[in-house]
Amino acid sequence: MDWGALHTILGGVNKHSTSIGKIWLTVLFIFRIMILVVAAERVWGDEQDDFVCNTLQPGCKNVCYDHFFPISHIRLWALQLIFVSTPALLVAMHVAYRRHEKKRQFRKGDKKCEYKDIEEIRSQRFHIEGSLWWTYTGSIFFRLIFEAVFMYAFYYMYDGYQMPRLMKCSAWPCPNTVDCFVSRPTEKTVFTIFMIAVSSICILLNVAELCYLLTKFFLRRSKKSGNAKQQPNHENKEETKQNEMNELISDSCQNTVIGFSS
Amino acid sequence: MNWAGLYTVLSGVNRHSTAIGRIWLSVIFIFRIMVLVVAAESVWGDEKSAFTCNTQQPGCNSVCYDHFFPISHIRLWALQLILVTTPALLVAMHVAYQQHQEKKLLVLTGHADAKHMEEVKKHKMRISGSLWWTYVCSVVFRLLFEAVFMYIFYMLYPGYQMMRLVKCEAYPCPNTVDCFISRPTEKTIFTVFMLVTSSICIVLNMAELIYLVVRACARRSHHNSNPSSGKGSFYGHKHSSEYKQNEINQLLTEQDGSLKDMLRRNSGLQEKGDRCSAC
Repeated sequence: MDWGALHTILGGVNKHSTSIGKIWLTVLFIFRIMILVVAAERVWGDEQDDFVCNTLQPGCKNVCYDHFFPISHIRLWALQLIFVSTPALLVAMHVAYRRHEKKRQFRKGDKKCEYKDIEEIRSQRFHIEGSLWWTYTGSIFFRLIFEAVFMYAFYYMYDGYQMPRLMKCSAWPCPNTVDCFVSRPTEKTVFTIFMIAVSSICILLNVAELCYLLTKFFLRRSKKSGNAKQQPNHENKEETKQNEMNELISDSCQNTVIGFSS
Repeated sequence: MNWAGLYTVLSGVNRHSTAIGRIWLSVIFIFRIMVLVVAAESVWGDEKSAFTCNTQQPGCNSVCYDHFFPISHIRLWALQLILVTTPALLVAMHVAYQQHQEKKLLVLTGHADAKHMEEVKKHKMRISGSLWWTYVCSVVFRLLFEAVFMYIFYMLYPGYQMMRLVKCEAYPCPNTVDCFISRPTEKTIFTVFMLVTSSICIVLNMAELIYLVVRACARRSHHNSNPSSGKGSFYGHKHSSEYKQNEINQLLTEQDGSLKDMLRRNSGLQEKGDRCSAC
């Protein structure tokens, strides 16, 4: 089980996400996971071997390294990425549950079920409404919380986001205060800032998605209460359908393949 | 998620690119990413462990390495390649949006069977209209990122050449200390190689930009010289029903045979003699 497998699992969830959700997933995989695997892991690869202290006292280097780096940046980021991407699985589970219910209905031979076969149920895309809306919103909310918690944990553990070149250590068994030098501090600072910046972009995308879902929810609600007051009018429906078609054609007229019947 | 994953993501976009765009993508993957992974990473693999300073002062080695190599070439190239290839995803998103609109239209016109849905997914989008703007933007961003990274490289490592010896006097090094870089000549060769391929990619991007602009202008002048195009402005045309009908007819004559037949049967459109090209 590695990042590739996570990509496969989450790729399936992508189908039921909003457009902002799909952008968020792309940013997560390309600008965070890929950077972590391809670049950041090499930068932090020799972090303990090349952590040098100006002393010959055995054990001093180990103790000082442990004191200044309780948990490595790489591991924190890996945990953050796993926690942040897994709320999407709540949505996947809910969708799987709905599909299971529809399959059960289909097998019972329920007349209300509008599908022709099991394959259609499997490939159908569910709209984000009803209880699925609550699950989806909940998952975004958890993502936001996890991102914020990890950013705070980073800030708290490493006193800001910069990696110093030199650290002074006086933990036992080091005699007095000893100078310890961190390997590649500038490169580490660059990557830390990069990852923080992308994390902030992901937070913004999640907030935007939350706002979008809430707006859609309230619009739908006001539309429903508006329709309930009107009497159902067959002519209005036909007109709305034609208007929608005309809009679609004029929006993408150059690349639209289909003609329309007037 | 690694370079192979990025390749999978980007090869989907390839379908909707121009011919120059496809050449550019091949150059990126074969001459830059593959060279990076297969060769350059092993050249720079021991860059820190084999960086030796003429001193026994603990910490001097680390500090001097950090002073002369704030960010390694390999990481800069990896960032450059990722940032340069991702604008293509803008095009992929736009194409996906247009395909979604087409499917919606199919559903509304009652042609939403599996065969037509598949055809929507498979047919190649023409680079015109708003897709043209998205595509041009993505090419401009690519150029920008390439130029920015080449400038950063020049600023960090003046002259693109790797020195054999550097003199360092950062704390805690006592006085000035000689430090020796591992494999400087090999590193210089690969730096120059990556620089040359980066320049080739810049040239390809500029050629693609020029090609797109020339094509758009040619289409526009063909449209302007068309006598049946009616009244004044281009934007006035876009929404007239005659323009729309001509466009649909042209699309029908250009598109896939089976889809064409299906539409003719169902919507009873008449083909007109003159062609009105979309721009």
